[in-house]
Amino acid sequence: MGSLAGEPTSLLAMRGITKRWPGVRALDGVDFAVTAGEVHCLLGQNGAGKSTLIKVLAGAIAPDEGEVVWNGQPVALTSPTDALRLGIATIYQELDLVPWMSVAENVALGHEPRRGPFVRRREAADRARRLLADLGHGDLPVDREVALLSPANAQIVSIARALSHDARLIVMDEPSAVLTADEVDTLFRLIGRLTERGVAVVYISHRLAEIRRIGNRVTVLKDGQVVARGLDAAATQTAELVRLMTGRTVAYDFPDRPAAPPAQAGAPLLRVRGLGRARAFTDVSFDLHPGEILGIAGLVGSGRSELLRAVFGAERADTGTVELDGRPLRGGTGEAVARGMGMAPEERKSQALVLDQSIARNTTLATMDRYARLGFLDGTREFADAARVLTDLDLRPPDPRRPARALSGGNQQKVVMARWLLRDCRVLLLDEPTRGVDVGAKAEIYALIRDLAAQGRGLVLVSSELPEVLGLADRVLVLHEGRVLTEAPGGVLSESDVLDLILAGARQDRGAEIQEVHP
Amino acid sequence: MTTQDAPIADASGRPADEPGSGPTRAGGRFDRLRSIRIAGLGAVFVLFVIAGAVLAPERFLTLNNLYNILLQASVIGIVTIGLTFVILGGGIDLSVGSLVALAGVVAAAPFAQDGGVLAMVAIALAVGALAGLVNGALIAYGRVVAFITTLAMLTTARGLAIRVTDSRPFIISEDAFNTLGTDRLLGVPIPVYFFLAVAVLGWVLLNRTTFGRRTVAIGGNAEASRLAGIDVKRHTMLLYVLSGVLSGLAAVLISAQLTTGSASVGIGYELDAIAAVIIGGASLSGGRGTVVGSVLGILTLTVLANIFALLLIPSDVRQIVQGVIIVVAVLLQGRSRSS
Repeated sequence: MGSLAGEPTSLLAMRGITKRWPGVRALDGVDFAVTAGEVHCLLGQNGAGKSTLIKVLAGAIAPDEGEVVWNGQPVALTSPTDALRLGIATIYQELDLVPWMSVAENVALGHEPRRGPFVRRREAADRARRLLADLGHGDLPVDREVALLSPANAQIVSIARALSHDARLIVMDEPSAVLTADEVDTLFRLIGRLTERGVAVVYISHRLAEIRRIGNRVTVLKDGQVVARGLDAAATQTAELVRLMTGRTVAYDFPDRPAAPPAQAGAPLLRVRGLGRARAFTDVSFDLHPGEILGIAGLVGSGRSELLRAVFGAERADTGTVELDGRPLRGGTGEAVARGMGMAPEERKSQALVLDQSIARNTTLATMDRYARLGFLDGTREFADAARVLTDLDLRPPDPRRPARALSGGNQQKVVMARWLLRDCRVLLLDEPTRGVDVGAKAEIYALIRDLAAQGRGLVLVSSELPEVLGLADRVLVLHEGRVLTEAPGGVLSESDVLDLILAGARQDRGAEIQEVHP
Repeated sequence: MTTQDAPIADASGRPADEPGSGPTRAGGRFDRLRSIRIAGLGAVFVLFVIAGAVLAPERFLTLNNLYNILLQASVIGIVTIGLTFVILGGGIDLSVGSLVALAGVVAAAPFAQDGGVLAMVAIALAVGALAGLVNGALIAYGRVVAFITTLAMLTTARGLAIRVTDSRPFIISEDAFNTLGTDRLLGVPIPVYFFLAVAVLGWVLLNRTTFGRRTVAIGGNAEASRLAGIDVKRHTMLLYVLSGVLSGLAAVLISAQLTTGSASVGIGYELDAIAAVIIGGASLSGGRGTVVGSVLGILTLTVLANIFALLLIPSDVRQIVQGVIIVVAVLLQGRSRSS
């Protein structure tokens, strides 16, 4: 870690910020400094700690350790109001505007110009108009309801609102995700105006090309730690940034590959053909054979989670077919589960677990019918089965009566895996199975994945950690912007091969984008 | 990393390593925590009974008055059991009171009375089921918010009930039907047996069947339930059908008690039933609640009403006290969002 004393002009300095959730450190001693007038890009995969860091900065969550220095003064950010008062504004991905209020009302929200109890509407409108004009968007009608604006214009309103609080630091969380290429250009011009006025911008984006266009410096987070701080955005190669985001910060402990690769002859378990879903992925085809681990490599936003959900029937695909054992799947998750498929979704807490229920009941959520006769549950047998599988997976602490809420990330993942083991499903879709899981438990999950394949099950593995996909998968699909770039045996591709592919894909996309804009 | 060896405290601050010693059922520790809450609620209920005995010694602790309390609790109690399932599953049903009226008047209509007691009961249950099916289909498949759907059903069903009776209640001359509301068995009014049966069956349904388990899972996390292969829409719809059927049963008992099919019965039932479910410890956001709690909730409210009636205290005061009790119950149970 470099010394922060070398940056006397820091507008903001966060030092040693640590935030623990049960079982995982979302932030682990993070140092982060921002200078007035710069665009500081914050990079990292899903779960790297970016969101937690900006929530600390916004005063939305309190860190367990560490200090925040603002303009040379230590400050306590105990609420969003505190942060706003200091001049730190955050523009979240889901814009926090009130949709059925006007532009002017939204800009003035919380600090309306008043006379006694009455809002001075004309003054509020004038103020909004002035702020928008400063941003080069004086043409936005201030009396229009925000719900009627395009995402790009709504974003401009958010920025105007930040400025109305005299923001000196604006955090933008993936602002370009909802914008077209033209709108991104407009946003960048606007960011240029902000920095000219000495406002600092913390910019979060998964589009690496953007970072070189507008960033001054880059900080990369991985697993809650800073892996690179204050890099020169223009001088750093994109490949280097990707390597920092996805590379190894820990030694991975993969089980040995089986002596013979699984046979790919014979009928596949799962056959996906031409699967597509608007704005997510296009024309994806693959086969999955018994005993095989198919890895899907791709950056955030490549459509990998959406693809997995569509295969499972959790979301409808617009085109294409999914066949299980040679028969099409079309009945949603119920049919998929009934026919021997299981999925460990990306977000365990919101998508996989009933947090208030016991671990045992979470384990049997997909199998409870087996313990029922005419709908009546045999609770003793149910508990015994759940306890047995959980013991096999070495659940810690080994008490299935506890609420799922109390478990660490790794153990929650074990419960989800136990659910599908109990179901004895033959196809298992794993979305980020080791996200938020500590190192020891990761190795256990890797071993489990390999075991399951050795038992003849087929697995599809999606992970933000490239080494994980390459280290476990028998075959790898490289996905970029919703398209399959290549399919290759797992032992063949190296990390840098995949990165090259993705970067080449990104260059092609940009070419295509330019053609679309200027036909 | 520290997670493997360090004990993790759960929401209630207990260290993680404390070995559980509960029964070997999948619910285990929750059943115990819930038991403590229910015991607390039971204690409050007993306090009310003691208060009644002290304040109105001559009139409260008579067998007749106790039967009276149970009789009063029966009709609304049956509705409350149905609503408990809906709320556990993450929904709400505001239409129950109006469904009682609609099912009651259709079952008491001349054509139904011609069919005899069995036809009348079957019609009441069928009307309730059908209205519940409409609620459930709109909510689960039509994606209309439950509050709005059942609010619409509240006014629609009430209007239909008035139209069916043409504003004149139907007098029920089928004696076998009226027996269900007016007769006693071993000294206990018949509706009380129905309430008891529904409560016991409701408890079994919730705690011993896959239906109950699914209800709680869906109310706790609908997306996780869906991804575990549970047909969330179908189940959600069935919850409203259940609530409708029990409203139909309540309609039978109240109509038989009054020997009249009236479009003006059941007004405000939904509010009393919701109050009882909440006092009983359920969470309006779903996933938490018990049948025993809801039964104790409705008994508490009924005893309160009875005491106030015996003491000739005007009902406005009872309403004020009831409001306070709801808030105090929720505060005492410590059900803040974070827990």
